[in-house]
Amino acid sequence: MKLTIARDELLFGLDRIVRIVERRNTIPILANVRLAALGDALELSATDLDLQATTRLPASVGSTGETTLPAVTFTDFVKKLPAGADVTIETGKTESQMVIKSGRSKATLLTQPSSDFPDLNVADCPWEVEIPATVLSQMFEKLAFAISTEEARYYLNGIYFHGLQLGEKRILRGVATDGHRLSQHDLVDIAAPAGMPGIIIPRKTVAEISRLTKGRGKELIKLQISATKLKVTTGTTVLASKLIDGTFPDYTRVVPQGNNLVAIIDRVDFAAAVDRVATMSSERSRAVKFSFKPGRVEISVTSPDMGSAIEEMDVDYDGDSIDIGFNANYALDILGATESDNIRVAMADAGSPTTFQASTDGAPSLFVLMPMRV
Amino acid sequence: MAGATRVPGFCRDCLADAGDGPRCAACGSPRLVRHPRIDELSVAHVDCDAFYAAVEKRDNPALADVPLIIGGGTRGVVSTCCYIARISGVRSAMPMFKAKALCPNAVVLKPDMAKYAAVGRQVRAMMQSLTPLVEPLSIDEAFLDLTGTGRLHGMSPARVLARFAAAVETDIGITVSVGLAANKFLAKTASELDKPRGYSVLGLEEAPAFLAPRPVTFIWGVGPAFGGKLARDGFKLIGDLQRADEKDLARRYGAEGLRLWRLARGIDARSVTPDREAKSVSSETTFDTDIRDLRPLEQTLYALCEKVSARMKQADLSGRSVTLKLKTADFRLRTRSRGLDSPTHLAARLYATAHDLLLKEVDGTPFRLIGVGLSDLSPGSDADPADLVDTSTQRIKATETAMDAVRAKFGAAAVKRGILLDGPVRGKPSGR
Repeated sequence: MKLTIARDELLFGLDRIVRIVERRNTIPILANVRLAALGDALELSATDLDLQATTRLPASVGSTGETTLPAVTFTDFVKKLPAGADVTIETGKTESQMVIKSGRSKATLLTQPSSDFPDLNVADCPWEVEIPATVLSQMFEKLAFAISTEEARYYLNGIYFHGLQLGEKRILRGVATDGHRLSQHDLVDIAAPAGMPGIIIPRKTVAEISRLTKGRGKELIKLQISATKLKVTTGTTVLASKLIDGTFPDYTRVVPQGNNLVAIIDRVDFAAAVDRVATMSSERSRAVKFSFKPGRVEISVTSPDMGSAIEEMDVDYDGDSIDIGFNANYALDILGATESDNIRVAMADAGSPTTFQASTDGAPSLFVLMPMRV
Repeated sequence: MAGATRVPGFCRDCLADAGDGPRCAACGSPRLVRHPRIDELSVAHVDCDAFYAAVEKRDNPALADVPLIIGGGTRGVVSTCCYIARISGVRSAMPMFKAKALCPNAVVLKPDMAKYAAVGRQVRAMMQSLTPLVEPLSIDEAFLDLTGTGRLHGMSPARVLARFAAAVETDIGITVSVGLAANKFLAKTASELDKPRGYSVLGLEEAPAFLAPRPVTFIWGVGPAFGGKLARDGFKLIGDLQRADEKDLARRYGAEGLRLWRLARGIDARSVTPDREAKSVSSETTFDTDIRDLRPLEQTLYALCEKVSARMKQADLSGRSVTLKLKTADFRLRTRSRGLDSPTHLAARLYATAHDLLLKEVDGTPFRLIGVGLSDLSPGSDADPADLVDTSTQRIKATETAMDAVRAKFGAAAVKRGILLDGPVRGKPSGR
C-alpha cells in the first residue's frame, strides 16, 4: 500500500472521525483508525462498535491496500507536520509497519491487520429521508440537553425520532426527556417516509451528527433508517450507528394540554433575571421560585447557606396568583433553546408539568418542565 | 523534695492531689496519675475496654471469670474478646476457628448489636454532658475536646475525665480507657497505652521520643502498602521520619509527606468535630458460607437496600450515586457505581439500580460479602421528585411511606416485601 495525500486534507479527515475512538478500550484494535487506499482516494474509518464513521479523501494512490494505525498517535503526528505539506504513507519493511513521510520527517508506526477491524453492517436501510444540515442540527440543539444520562433508563439515553400525522401532513418529530424536562421539536417541512418506525438515536451519535452537520448550511444530509440502525451521509463522510433497542415512553401523555395559567414573558430579559437570581441558589438543587401575579412575576431564591436574591419583571399575565419552583439550569436551557422574542409559559398548578413555548404561532419546539418544591 | 518541682497529679479514685507517695494520701488507692502538663491538656480519646465482651459480662455475671469471645457464625471472625481470652493469644479480627484452637474453653457469643448500640449511646450521652465537642469514631470510642470547660466543671479536664471514667464503671458497669493529650493523634495513641481501665497522659514535649522507636505504620493513614514504600525509601521507624528534612518529605510524598513530618513529631492540628457530615450511607453483610447464586444475593441485597433507605430517611438525606460492593471468596473486591437522574432514598429505587449492577457480576463466582451504598448526598427534600415519564416513583414513595408508618408502629418485622419471604441469607451485619 502506498499513497500521497495533502497533510491538511488528511488532518481534516482524521478530525472528522477520530472522536469516535474511545480513549480507554478493552479491545485494542478499537483504538486504531482503518486506512484503505482505493483508486484515487484514501478512506479513513473509526468505530466503537456502536458507532462507525468513514470518510473518503482525495489522494494519489501508488498501490492499493488496507491497514489500521493507532488513532491518537497517528493524528498527533499528522497535526504536528507543517501546514501545506504532502504526506506519503506506505507499507514498511513488513506488513506490520507503516512509514509516514513528509519532507524530511519520517515516522514508523506499528499496524494491526485491517481484517480484524470490526465493521458495522448497515447495508439494509429501507427508509430514507433528506434533511438540510441546518434543520437537522437545529433540531438536535433543542433536544440534546434533555437526553437522560441515567444508564438504568437506557431507553431515554437518546432522541426519539419518529413520524406522525399532524393535521394534513405527516411530519417528523424528535423528542428527548430525562424525567425532569422534555423537549419536542417538529420538522414541519420534511415529509416522514411512509412506514418509518420510531427510532431512538443514542446520545453519542447525536453529538457526532451535530458536529458533522455544523456549518454545512442548506446541504442535504441523507438519513437511511432501519429498525436497528441509522446511516447518515454528508458529502463523502458516512456515519453508521446502532440504535437504542428499547421502547420510548408514550410522551404525549406527559405533555399537558389544558394548562390555563398562561404568562407571556420577554425571553431575553427573563433568562438574564433567572440567571442573576440563581447565583444565590444552592449548587445542588438550583431551585428558583417564580411568583406570578397579574402583570408581574417575582423571581426569588432563599438559600440557607448563601443568601437570597429577588427580581421583579413585568409580564403579560392575568391568571390567579401562583408560586412555582423550577431548576434554574433547566429553565435557562429552555430559554436558550427558544428563538422568539417572547416565551409562553403555561402552568396548571405548583406540582404539575409546565409547558414553555415560543409565543409565535406554530412554533416547532415545545418544552415541558417538572416543577420543584420550593 | 521541694513542692515547686513536684510533678502535678491526682488520685483517679478520689480526685485528691497525688502528693509524693506511691499511694493516695487521702484514700490509699495506688491509681495515681501524674504529668507535668496534666492541668493544661484538654483533648482526650476515650475507648471502651473489650466493649462487646464487657457488656455481655455485665449482663451475665457467670461469664465474669471465663474467656469470652464475641463473634459471628461458623466461619466469622472475632469481633471482640475479653482480656482473659487475650491471654491465650486471641485477638479481634482473628478467624473464629483459630481463636477456638487457641482458647478451646472460651465461651462464644454472637453479637447483639442492638444491645451494644444502646449501651454505646448511654456512654456517649455521658460524654456529651461533659462537652459538646464529642466526635464519635465508632460505637465505643470517641474524641472529646474539653478546652475551656474548667470553670463549668470546677476542675481541670484531666480530673473531669477521671470522674467520668469512674462514673461509667458505676452507672453503666463497663470500663473505659482514657488518653489525654494535646491533640487527637497523641490522645488516640495514649488511650492504647494503659488498657484496660487505663489513664495515660502524653504531652507534646515527650511525644517525639515516645514515637521515635515505633514503626511508621503506627501513624494513622499509613497502611501496609505506603508503609512498605516508606521502608524501601529508608523510613522504617517514626524516628527516621523525625530525622528527615521537611522539604525532602514534601518533595517525595507531596502533602502526605508534610503530614508525616508533623505527625512524626506528634503535631496534629485536626480539631474535634462533632457530627461530621456523612459523605455516604452504606450497609454490608459477610455471608456464613460463600454464595454464587443470584436469588440469595438478590434477597440479601434487598434487605441491605431497606436498611440504607431507612437510615437515609431517618437522617433526612438522599443520594444520587449507587454503589454495589462485592467481595469474592478469594477476597477480591469489586465495586460498581452508577448515577441516577435524581437523588433517592427509596429502597425500591436503590435496589433497582444495585440489582442491575449485580446482574452483571453474577457469573458463578462465589461471593463472601455484599454491600450497597448511596453517595453524592443531598437533603431529603430533594429525594425522588415527580418524574415526567416514570410515574412508578410516586407510587413506590407512597408504598414505602405506608410501610414505614406500619413499622414505626408495630416494629421492623411487621411488614415485609415478598422478595424477603424465604428469608435473606444470614450473615454478620456491619457497616457505617
